[in-house]
Amino acid sequence: MRLNLNISNAFADRLFSLAARGSALLTLVLLLGIIVSLVMGAWPAIREYGPGFLTHDAWDPVREDFGGRVMIHGTLATSFIALLIAVPVSFGIALFLTELSPAWLKRPLGTAIELLAAVPSIVYGMWGLMVFGPVLAQYVQQPMQSLLGDVPFLGALVSGPPVGIGILSAGIILSIMVIPFIASVMRDVFEVTPPLLKESAYGLGATTWEVVWRVVLPYTKTGVLGGIMLGLGRALGETMAVTFVIGNMSQSSSLSLFEPANSITSALANEFAEAAPGLHQASLIYLGLVLFLITFTVLICSKLLLMRLKKGEGRRA
Amino acid sequence: MKRHDADKTALFARRKRFNRLAIALSMGAMLFGLFWLAWILWETVSIGLSSLSVAMLTESMPPPDEAIGTGGLANAMMGSFMMVALATFVGTPIGILSGVYLAEYDPNGKLSASVRFVNDLLLSAPSIIIGLFVYALIVVQFKEFSGWAGAAALALIVIPITIRTTENVLALVPDGLREAAYALGTPKWKVITRITLVAARAGVLTGILLAVARISGETAPLLFTALNNQFWQASLSGPLANLPVTILQFAMSPYENWQQLAWGGVFLITLAVLGLNVLARALSREKLK
Repeated sequence: MRLNLNISNAFADRLFSLAARGSALLTLVLLLGIIVSLVMGAWPAIREYGPGFLTHDAWDPVREDFGGRVMIHGTLATSFIALLIAVPVSFGIALFLTELSPAWLKRPLGTAIELLAAVPSIVYGMWGLMVFGPVLAQYVQQPMQSLLGDVPFLGALVSGPPVGIGILSAGIILSIMVIPFIASVMRDVFEVTPPLLKESAYGLGATTWEVVWRVVLPYTKTGVLGGIMLGLGRALGETMAVTFVIGNMSQSSSLSLFEPANSITSALANEFAEAAPGLHQASLIYLGLVLFLITFTVLICSKLLLMRLKKGEGRRA
Repeated sequence: MKRHDADKTALFARRKRFNRLAIALSMGAMLFGLFWLAWILWETVSIGLSSLSVAMLTESMPPPDEAIGTGGLANAMMGSFMMVALATFVGTPIGILSGVYLAEYDPNGKLSASVRFVNDLLLSAPSIIIGLFVYALIVVQFKEFSGWAGAAALALIVIPITIRTTENVLALVPDGLREAAYALGTPKWKVITRITLVAARAGVLTGILLAVARISGETAPLLFTALNNQFWQASLSGPLANLPVTILQFAMSPYENWQQLAWGGVFLITLAVLGLNVLARALSREKLK
């Protein structure tokens, strides 16, 4: 009887460890499965266009002529605008939360910023389309058009109907969405700076700004860069908010920040369910594959940078 | 000598001025962040509340261009609920088991390191890619969009979140607890299920709540898995109505009654997601005490 129990325990132990190991392996299988299924799905388009797809400027489902230039440009441009706004703002927020904020405010303010990340992206999209877009058109685009309308290059940047959709509004909304990610990584890495370093600088008479800029930032720069990359990865892959406000025009090749455009994610969101199996669908999956490769490269960079910071921390401690 | 002092004072004044400017900008950045949160929540609540009605909670989707106030989102809410429930039911055990493997079986091993790395990638991967994957895996095989596929896509999003939180909270359980149990001759699976997981239950639950909050608002992976459906349906086979995709479809439509329902839906989703987040936070604070 006693022996029996032990055997069943050993068996249960074996089973449990197998289940745990199997689940852990599932994560690796999942990544592999995603890559394989994307390459397989995109294969007809890869065979047809090769790498030229990336720069080919056409999207014509009727004549079956596809190229990803407009969407790839849209994805990169919106993410670039997002980082342009989000990086300095996140730095300011992290500085405030680590160096300036009174202790009792730290937690509620940190929570509020993190809640920005919790708001579902469809809410950002809806708000962007119905509320923010019109405001942007009325108070930013129209004044800029009347100011820059006749200037050769800048005029083209702001042309377009004043409805507040396009690359700029998508970029701004993306920036709001990635601020919490970048800010919270920055705050976390700022906090690992040894107090001794900071206090030495303060003791020599450095101002708060000088401490952050000359001591904290150099000490944490890999982590800060990792946080920015994480934000970039999020911005590149964000779907719903962009789909709402970018305008979904796959044929546009205008320079304007206010003209309806398209991104990889919004093209997928809008067309995939209705795309006929064949070259159209394959081209969309090809776009998905491109997106996957870009975001994964960015995220891997982010992860490696953050890991390097952690390792360095261990060595110095 | 005097000249030198004057220079120094000027430098000091300049540094102080610059510092004040930097502090002001930093406060400005903080306000900038809070401003958007307040604006978005304000619009969502004010427009959402005004478009809320009893019919919205009890009736199915109306045809386009009908009178405002008729029809509702009941079928979409039901569909979302079914998919979120199934995804949580399937995804969390897998996530918890993997987290257990990382924390209890092989904390420093090679396999764990690679799983951790890949899991962090999946955590931030574009969710629309998950949709493409499930489309190829399930929708193409069964030749129809279905609630099953939608639930599978959501489950794949739940797993990485649960893995991360489970591993993190298990790492906080003191080794003394484990050792005490082993010393009594407890088999490992019992130590894990009866001791460490129980000690870490608040944290694990927090992770599950956060995962549920995240998938409740996810739209992109449902677009080409569950698709959408105008009618009431209590089964997962076939295209299934769900709140996020309905909001997208209704908001982009030119019909006023649909747009109004979309705002109502946005309000409900925001309420649910933020409510779950606040609950999860309260729970994890409880644990810290």
